[in-house]
Amino acid sequence: MTPIGVVELYVFVLAAFVGYQVITRVPPLLHTPLMSATNAISGISLVGSLVLAGANRDSVSNWLGFIAVTAATINVVGGFLITDRMLKMFRRQPKLPPGGEIEKKGGGAGR
Amino acid sequence: MSARDLFIQAIYLAASVLFILGLKSLSHPDKARLGMQQAAVGMVLAIVGTLFHHEIVRFDLVAVALILGSVIGYPLGMFVPMTAMPQRIAISHMFGALAATLVGVAEYRMHGAAIPRSTMAALGFEVLFGGLTVTGSFMAFGKLQELITGTPVTYRGQNAVNITLFGVAIVMFLSLIFNPGNATVFYGMIGLALLLGIFMVLPIGGADMPVVVSLLNSYAGLASSATGFVIENNVLIICGALDGASGFLLSILMSKAMNRSFGNVLFGAFGSPPAIAAGEKPKDLTVSSVSAEDAAMRMAYAGEVIVVPGYGMAVAQAQHVVRELADLLEKRGVTVKYAIHPVAGRMPGHMNVLLAEANVPYDRLYDMEQINSEFPQADVALVIGANDVVNPAARSDPSSPIYGMPILDVDRAKGVIVLKRSMNPGFAGIENALFYSPNTSMLFGDAKSSLTRLVSEVKAL
Repeated sequence: MTPIGVVELYVFVLAAFVGYQVITRVPPLLHTPLMSATNAISGISLVGSLVLAGANRDSVSNWLGFIAVTAATINVVGGFLITDRMLKMFRRQPKLPPGGEIEKKGGGAGR
Repeated sequence: MSARDLFIQAIYLAASVLFILGLKSLSHPDKARLGMQQAAVGMVLAIVGTLFHHEIVRFDLVAVALILGSVIGYPLGMFVPMTAMPQRIAISHMFGALAATLVGVAEYRMHGAAIPRSTMAALGFEVLFGGLTVTGSFMAFGKLQELITGTPVTYRGQNAVNITLFGVAIVMFLSLIFNPGNATVFYGMIGLALLLGIFMVLPIGGADMPVVVSLLNSYAGLASSATGFVIENNVLIICGALDGASGFLLSILMSKAMNRSFGNVLFGAFGSPPAIAAGEKPKDLTVSSVSAEDAAMRMAYAGEVIVVPGYGMAVAQAQHVVRELADLLEKRGVTVKYAIHPVAGRMPGHMNVLLAEANVPYDRLYDMEQINSEFPQADVALVIGANDVVNPAARSDPSSPIYGMPILDVDRAKGVIVLKRSMNPGFAGIENALFYSPNTSMLFGDAKSSLTRLVSEVKAL
């Protein structure tokens, strides 16, 4: 194994910074979908679990990998599906009520 | 770097970009769905790309695990009702942390004493936070699912015990960095982390769950980011950092909305039982109750009604009846708006999801800052199963445990109707002066049946 390089730290710090900036703009309205979305995305730990489960090092590693892949897949499949299901529910008023709205700019696809 | 590795890295880069764009799309409800679907494409790309990794030599286990995970994940995504969303989110933190922890254990078994110090630091961090999140999330799930009691479980010296355990875990962590070969310490630390997860969530009550769930979200993210450091995988570092930042930010927002300090959140000390006894029951004040008929009348002839939902609405699963009532009122020309407190319910955004499920258009849902100035113009504020988030003591009574917590200014409305099961105080055990205000009428009963009565009364008018 090679020691951790400085590059990885750069990646981490910059990603955390981007994440903070992006997520600050998510309105409280969508905080629950945000949680399920980040859950789904964190299922990317699959990339580590897959290599572990497929590397065939020894039987213990195989089982650890097997469980890890299963757990991460649950998050990926369940996470993206439930996020989509939730986001589908957020609709705006079919006909816009006259004036007085504290609204975000209009122009959304009125589903 | 071989051509194959280069190809995999390029796919990871594309996936990372799609994930960030997906999260960015969540800044607007109209764009969010498409953005997240693109993120899902990124995920599929990353998975397929990984299968080309040169270390993967057998595919049977991988295939079975992928199928098994999908079979379990599909119903968790498609069939879990929106009312069960807090526990659904909590348990998914467990799965994420479990994957990270197991990968960490496998890496340790493989390399053991040959692990460089910097990598050991990341690995220790990974299993420490991973283990803690596995059991912590499971406990949170149990509390939200009501498998175990939702009330805080406390005992003497609890904080001392927790701090000591945490201190021991840190010492083990540090000793591993200097002596990575000591497997007993490594596995002991994981055991301790698992124990800490349980102890940490035990003293936390239902109303504090939004903070805990956000915090565990953050921990799960940090654990997978640490995994990325250990196995030298940038996409994992990036996604873990995004997840960690998101959970961290939500924790801060939630703690601000409960007027708890930042450090309080970071070290999870929020479980300590509130100093009770502030605002003892005012004896000389009376509660005025109202009949469904009168309440319906007042709302039907109002110009503006602001609905204030709380956890009681979720418990009674009353969101659909709320929508029905609002429809009837709107048909009569009443303006109906919804005021959502950031910590109403059991997780961030809980009320929004429930009301969206009941087809309430999202442009009728207002945040606390947006709506508070409107209460003085509202003829009726209809409080459904909310308590502490509308308690004026938070504004006026420095001796109250919730003093300083931002609240919805319901008491400034021209009239208040409170749907409530009984006069029992809310989660924090604090009396609520709102209920004794001459402006307030109480409609006792289960939220759903009260609302159903209101609906039929409004129809009868």
